Amino acid sequence: MERIPILRMGSFLLVTIQVDMHDRLAMTLQDDLTTKIVQTGADGVLIDISALDIVDSFIGRMLGNISAMSRILDAETVVVGMQPAVAITLVELGLSLPGVRTALNVEKGMAILRASRTLLGEEENDDVSLEE
Amino acid sequence: MSVWKSETMPIRTQADIVHVRQAVRTWSVDAGMRLVDQTKIVTAASELARNTLEYGGGGELLLEALSESVRVGLRLTFTDHGPGIPDLELALKDGWTSGGGMGMGLSGSKRLSNEFEIESQVGVGTTVRITRWK
Repeated sequence: MERIPILRMGSFLLVTIQVDMHDRLAMTLQDDLTTKIVQTGADGVLIDISALDIVDSFIGRMLGNISAMSRILDAETVVVGMQPAVAITLVELGLSLPGVRTALNVEKGMAILRASRTLLGEEENDDVSLEE
Repeated sequence: MSVWKSETMPIRTQADIVHVRQAVRTWSVDAGMRLVDQTKIVTAASELARNTLEYGGGGELLLEALSESVRVGLRLTFTDHGPGIPDLELALKDGWTSGGGMGMGLSGSKRLSNEFEIESQVGVGTTVRITRWK
């Protein structure tokens, strides 16, 4: 069965969506990601959608679901790289992706994830340095 | 107004929704649409193709390339022979859904099009026609 690869980078998971997803593939990604968060104890998920030339209500809902599910599993999700034409269309379609954290590119997304981990680390693990 | 090219595509499986998106993308590029306009009509097509499959139990898309004096456009007609929509006004409201969706499909694709028509008869089926001009 076709699957979207999920890469592990330290305590983060990285997903790059590079195919025109049919609906079942999107559902599979949702399942795979939640499983992987629990397996790896990841505390951040970065989803790169720069190769997606449309986001319709189904994919929008999937991004919202992934964000909500990962939050419950104690991981922050950041969606990065949305093309300008996609953003314009999405808002006109009537979706503003509430609850989905976004960043312009992978670098900025990683910075958000690192910052939120550092913040958590300071609260919970004073003895372990999570910076650097 | 003249139709200078047309094609019919089946909408029977989820893979067909992907094929519809790809065909509408190619046709909108051929019509010389800007990227934002391409994105809008492809997104609208994706929403309506999914409606045809999920709510109409499958059907077909008629793709037409139009020209009228100096302008060109694309007209997409989605037809199903499903249960039909009893209350069109309600179905066109943002956020209303009879299924598990977000209820943005019909109202959203109307906003993404220049022209929008819908006909539906309970027990007979539904036809949605959208046009986007370059």
